[in-house]
Amino acid sequence: MQIARVIGDVVATVKQPGLDGQKLLVLQPVTPDRQAVGRTLVAADATGAGVGEHVFFVRGREASFPFLPAEVPVDACIVGIVDHWNVEA
Amino acid sequence: MLLAKIVGTVVATRKDERLVSTKLLIARPIDPTGKPEGNYLVAVDTVDAGYGETVLIVSGSSARMAAGLKDCPVDAAIVGIVDAIEIKD
Repeated sequence: MQIARVIGDVVATVKQPGLDGQKLLVLQPVTPDRQAVGRTLVAADATGAGVGEHVFFVRGREASFPFLPAEVPVDACIVGIVDHWNVEA
Repeated sequence: MLLAKIVGTVVATRKDERLVSTKLLIARPIDPTGKPEGNYLVAVDTVDAGYGETVLIVSGSSARMAAGLKDCPVDAAIVGIVDAIEIKD
């Protein structure tokens, strides 16, 4: 899993039926000191996250597990909203 | 998931039999501002996307969870046509 900041959302009317009702958010992965790192991506949301929040997300097939038994075709999903973190240098 | 712009089509006569009658498109990943990034990829279209449209691509084994792609040898599927991307933060 990786930490990211939610920076926006995506609207798509024509989509796979499995994606109906899914909130799609744009994520920017960040380092522990909150610097943007790597490419932005679009993720589904299993936690009710919103723009500006720090979250952690899971990639790959496991991204659809929060929605079981529904088969949701996603490869990235927000699975937690970060309250705070602490990194000791 | 990736945001990408459709830039072309692929025609292949000889292919795996589970790919027969799938529509293959060439997509160029973009960032939320529309700037191209990364390498072109070939994706199976499940939503009737067309040239020039911005789409949502799911990659890896999750691509097979898109409707109609069960047990197909694919690792990228177009699962949505993007209407709007809103970056608020």
